[in-house]
Amino acid sequence: MLDTVLQQLLIGLTNGMVFALVALGYTMVYGILEFINFAHGDVFMLSAFVALTLCGALGLNEHSSAAALAGGLLLCIVASSVFGGLLNLLIDRVVYKPLRKAPKLAPLVSAIGVSFILQNVGLFWGGMAMDVFGGGGQAAAPKAFPNLLPATNLLGATSKITLQPKDVLVIGASLVMMTALYGIVRFTKLGKAMRATAQDPSAARLMGIDVDQVVAATFLIGGALGGFASVIYSLYINTVHYQMGYQNGLYAFTAAVVGGIGNIPGAVLGGLLLGLVRAFSDQFIGAQWQPAVLFGILIVILVFRPAGLLGSTAREKV
Amino acid sequence: MPELRTFFKKIGGLPVLALVLLAVYPFAPVLDWGLEAATGQALHIDRQLVNIFIFSLLALALNLQVGQAGLLQLGIAAFFAIGAFTTGVLTVEKYPFQIGFWGAMLIAPLFGAMGGFLLGAPTLRLRGDYLAIVTLGFGEVMRIVLLNLENITDGPRGLNPVPAPWLPTLVRESLSPAGDASIGVLRAMYFLALIVLAATVVCLSLLEKSRIGRAFVALREDELAASCMGIEPARIKLAAFTGGAALAGLAGCFYATNLTTTAEPNTYDFNYSIMVLCCLIIGGLGSLRGALLGAGLLLGFDNVISPLLTRLLQTALGGESTHVMASFSNWRWIVFGTALVVMMRLRPEGLWPSSRVAEELHETQEDAS
Repeated sequence: MLDTVLQQLLIGLTNGMVFALVALGYTMVYGILEFINFAHGDVFMLSAFVALTLCGALGLNEHSSAAALAGGLLLCIVASSVFGGLLNLLIDRVVYKPLRKAPKLAPLVSAIGVSFILQNVGLFWGGMAMDVFGGGGQAAAPKAFPNLLPATNLLGATSKITLQPKDVLVIGASLVMMTALYGIVRFTKLGKAMRATAQDPSAARLMGIDVDQVVAATFLIGGALGGFASVIYSLYINTVHYQMGYQNGLYAFTAAVVGGIGNIPGAVLGGLLLGLVRAFSDQFIGAQWQPAVLFGILIVILVFRPAGLLGSTAREKV
Repeated sequence: MPELRTFFKKIGGLPVLALVLLAVYPFAPVLDWGLEAATGQALHIDRQLVNIFIFSLLALALNLQVGQAGLLQLGIAAFFAIGAFTTGVLTVEKYPFQIGFWGAMLIAPLFGAMGGFLLGAPTLRLRGDYLAIVTLGFGEVMRIVLLNLENITDGPRGLNPVPAPWLPTLVRESLSPAGDASIGVLRAMYFLALIVLAATVVCLSLLEKSRIGRAFVALREDELAASCMGIEPARIKLAAFTGGAALAGLAGCFYATNLTTTAEPNTYDFNYSIMVLCCLIIGGLGSLRGALLGAGLLLGFDNVISPLLTRLLQTALGGESTHVMASFSNWRWIVFGTALVVMMRLRPEGLWPSSRVAEELHETQEDAS
């Protein structure tokens, strides 16, 4: 029993880290622009396809040499992060930016539209990746992501709890990224500008802050975090699927709301909490109830504590 | 009733003409003949029209909530599913109720309304985008619950067969040419859906001008000002939400009866809710005619234009290509997504807006510039 609990704790923690990274992208955009960037989960999904395509192009698999694997992994992480950041920035420039002064419904609906377009691109990408790198099945079927890390148990082969190098990578790399983000937001000039803009965009503008630039940086950083998360998630789950952004995006958004949307530490807390709840509900309630449990929590939190666990009560701007 | 008289004076000939044309269409399917001659394939437009009528009911339900009352809800499929599964439970052989279509038609909206009331009462006070997320979450929870309560809903198989509506023998026989009962059932559904849709449109346009309809619009435009004028936001919002949910339940009842099954719960997913929202955005949020136009365009695209284009694409590629891009139905999310983005940018009021919404939107744009 204790083993099971510890094992689920570990699974929940690793899952929660990924949720937290994606949730940061939602929460940062919401903090500044007050709209739900529905397309964020799909930026995450397409970044995973970038990593998958790179692995295919480089011919990486579990039999490659250790040096090739390390280099390939690093390349995947850099490429996916850059891709995620730039794609997010592009979407903002082309789609959301012209709607800044429109009624609130407009960017939200546009984001849903962009999400659909990206999902469809993912579907086609899946079809093309098969044409290029071989492998059968349908375009819509999940694609196997190569296992780039050894599947040994770090706690010894006899241990009842499994701790693999990929778990360590997910937790370690996420912590590094979150610390870096915290450093940027807390200590740099850009971070100060971001916090000021989130508090009051027009006052920030009066203080000489280039709000457009801050928004662009927010989309860039959020997208890059999503792209980074997509690689470690794919490594962890070992599959890539064109709808993975939709579900994970919704969960990550839930995490952001649970922690208090717009609140950066809140997103991390919410992500971890959601990851743990998911792991334990899968174990003790049943995986088929997973979405119902997680969205049930979302509804309960929104009804009884709409500001989230860490959020202050934000008044709706009219 | 003076309201009714001004109503008929105001609507003019177009809706009446459309209604008459639709009423005679099953007996003289001109479009079918034309398209069959052109493409060599029977398209069964009358069957598609039944789907469009039912989908229009659903679009009108969402329009009441989102378009008129301004409550952004992303889980309309949940109430649609409540209607369909209520109808399933009340009519299939597995259960002792077996009250038939007519009873289910009265009870399904009640259950829809109950669901709307129970969800709306605690959540409608939430700010706009939080409400969107709660309703989205509710839609997913409903789908998962229906999927997993296999003892009640038969899980992924859905409840079936849902029986066709009972009709007096005289009506049934006059609708079935040469004793072909299946065409009779199709036509019965066609006329039932058409009548209910027409009645709904009349009721909703009367509602639009009524005291409560004007309260919806006032709340949508400015909650603070509206409440200063003595409108109770909580009650009015709940009324719109519950009403929309009831109408969605009715649409669900028709859907299940027309399909003869409740279909699997995964049908009623987030994408389905968004499809309905798509209709409204394309046709024009808050506009009855826009909702009808949007429903027609969307289902027309899915069921008529998309198969036609796929066939053209296949001919152009020379033969049967199995590539994912060679089937036009795989492009539908790009088409819908682009439609949403472009509409929001160029014509946020929709293709056929109500004059009021169009004016409001252009006003705000002028203010902003």
